[in-house]
Amino acid sequence: MFEASPINLKNLTRQKIFRFLLGSMTATLILPVALILGTLIVKGAPVISFDFLFTSPTNGMTAGGIFPALLGTILLVLVALLASVPLGVAAAIYLSEYAPDNWFTRAINLAIINLAGVPSIVHALFGLGAFVLFFRFGTSILAASLTLAVMTLPVVIVATRESLQAVPMAFREACWNMGATRWQTIRRIVLPNAVTGILTGVILEVSRTSGETAPIMFTGAVFFLPFLPQGVFDQTMALSLHLFVVSTQVPEMPEAVPYGVALVLIGMVLLMNSASIALRMYLRGKKKW
Amino acid sequence: MNKQTRASSKTTDFDRLNRDWYIDKAVQILVFIGGISAIVFIIGIFIFITKEGMGFLLGDFSFKEFFLSPNWRPTSENKATYGILALIAGTASVTGLAMLVAIPFSLGTAIFIAEFATGKTREFLKITVELLAAIPSVVWGFIGLAIMNPLIIDIFDVPVGLNVLNAGIILGLMAAPIMTSIAEDALKAVPDRYREAAEALGATRWQVIYKVVLPAAKNGLLGAVLLGVGRGFGETMAVLMATGHAINIPGSVFDSVRALTATIAAELGETAVGSPHYKALFTIGISLFLITFVINLIADLVVRGVKKG
Repeated sequence: MFEASPINLKNLTRQKIFRFLLGSMTATLILPVALILGTLIVKGAPVISFDFLFTSPTNGMTAGGIFPALLGTILLVLVALLASVPLGVAAAIYLSEYAPDNWFTRAINLAIINLAGVPSIVHALFGLGAFVLFFRFGTSILAASLTLAVMTLPVVIVATRESLQAVPMAFREACWNMGATRWQTIRRIVLPNAVTGILTGVILEVSRTSGETAPIMFTGAVFFLPFLPQGVFDQTMALSLHLFVVSTQVPEMPEAVPYGVALVLIGMVLLMNSASIALRMYLRGKKKW
Repeated sequence: MNKQTRASSKTTDFDRLNRDWYIDKAVQILVFIGGISAIVFIIGIFIFITKEGMGFLLGDFSFKEFFLSPNWRPTSENKATYGILALIAGTASVTGLAMLVAIPFSLGTAIFIAEFATGKTREFLKITVELLAAIPSVVWGFIGLAIMNPLIIDIFDVPVGLNVLNAGIILGLMAAPIMTSIAEDALKAVPDRYREAAEALGATRWQVIYKVVLPAAKNGLLGAVLLGVGRGFGETMAVLMATGHAINIPGSVFDSVRALTATIAAELGETAVGSPHYKALFTIGISLFLITFVINLIADLVVRGVKKG
C-alpha cells in the first residue's frame, strides 16, 4: 500500500551514505587522539610513583621527581582563582541581573570574547608589561597568577552568567514582590540556586589555568629552582613549563620522564574537566524547574 | 489621626533609604566594576603592549622592512634586521593546513552529533569532544615532538619530522574540538519546527540537514570556523615545539618553519628590556592582538547576523 518509490529509495541510500561518511569523520577525529592518549599512558605510567610526585628533580632534572613543579602549579592556580573568581562572578552578576540591553553591554560581551580569543603569548606580553614591570611585582607568582587570572576571566564569567540566567525569572519576581531589594534577591534566591553551576565554571578555570604555559613563561615561572617558593613574590616552577623544559631544553633526558610529566599534567586537567561535567549532569538531573 | 498615619508611614518608609538600600546601591556599583573589568583589561592589554613596543614603531621602524623582509636576524652583530615575512609565512602555512584538516572534520562531526547521533552515543561524543578541547597546548606540543615527529620521519622518509605537516596536524586536532562544539551549538540553535516541517513533507534526514538545517545555521557555522582560525593563529606552545622553529618561507609541507607567536615565546626571555629586539617582539604582539581582535569582531558580527535574521 505504501511502497517506497525509486526516488525515495535513492534518497534513503544517499542518507545512509552521508550518515556513514559523517560517522567515520567523527571517528577519525576521536580515534587518533585516543591512540595518542593511550601511548602517553603506556609510556608515562611506569615513571609515575610516590617518589616521582613528591621529590625534587635531581641530576639536572634527568632524575628525581616533579614536586616543586606540581606545588608551583597549585600555588599559581590558587592565587589566580583568588583574583579571578570574585571579579568574574561580579561581572556575571552585572551582566545577568543589571545590564540593560544596549551598546555598552554588547561592548562588554565583545571584550569578553576577545579576552578569551587573544593569543596566550599576547597575554604573556601584557603580564610582563603590566604586572612585572609597571606594577613592579617582578617575575613572581603574583605576576604570573594575575596574568593567568586575566586570561581565564572569560571562563568564569561565561559559566556563571549561564547558571545565573538559568534561574527562572519568576523566582526573582516573587522575591521582589516581597519587598526585597535587588541585592537581597540575588544573595538569597539567585546565587543559592546557581552555586553548583558557578562551581562547574570554577573547576573548568582551574583546569584551564593549570595547563597554560606561555603566559607564565616570562611573568613568574622558571625552568628550575633549587628551593620551594616562600611567598607570592618568589618565582616558581610549574608543571606545564616543566613539560616544555624536560622535552626540549635538557640534553640526555631519559625518554620516559617527559611522558611521565605529560601524563600527570593531562591527568590533572582531564580529571578536573570530568568532575565539572559530572557536576553539571548531576545538576541537570536534580533541577526541578 | 491624620498626623498619626503620616508618622507610621514614615517608619514603613517606602523610599527604602535605609541600610538595605545603601547596600543594594553599593553592590550595584561593585558588580558594575566587575562588569567593566573585561573592557578595562582589553584596553589595558592594548595600552601595555603598545607602550612597550612603541619605541620600535616610532623609532627604528620601517613598515616596509618589518612586514616585507624575510630576514629576522635580531641578534646579528653587524646589522640586526627585523623582517617578519618568513614568520608570517610560517604562521599562515601552519594555520592554513590546520584548517584544511579541522574545518571539514569538525563540521562533519558537529553535524553527526547534532543530527544523527542519539541518546547515549550523542552524550558520549559530546563529552569526548569537550574533554579533547581541554588538553593543554604544551601537551599537544609534546605529542608533536615525541609521537608525530618519528612517525612522519618513518612514513614519508624525510630527515626532519618537525615541520609544517606536523604542526598543521597537531593544530588541526587542537582546534577541531572547539570548532565542533561551537558548530554543534549553531546547529542546535535551529528550531526543531523547521526539521519537523521538512520531515512532514517527506524529506529524509539528510535532505533535512542539507536543505534546511545547514542554510539556517550558516552564519553560526561560519562563526565557528572563524573562531577556530583565531585559535589556530594565536596558538603558541604547540607550534613552538612542533614546527622545527627554523626561519623559512616553506616550499612544501616538509619544510620547517617558525611562527609569529613561537618567536615571541622563544626569544623574549633572552632580550634586554627596552632593547630594539624586545620592542620588535612587542610589535609582533601588537599585530597578533589586532589581527585576532578583527577575527573575533567579524565572528561576533556574523553570529549576531543570525540572531537578527
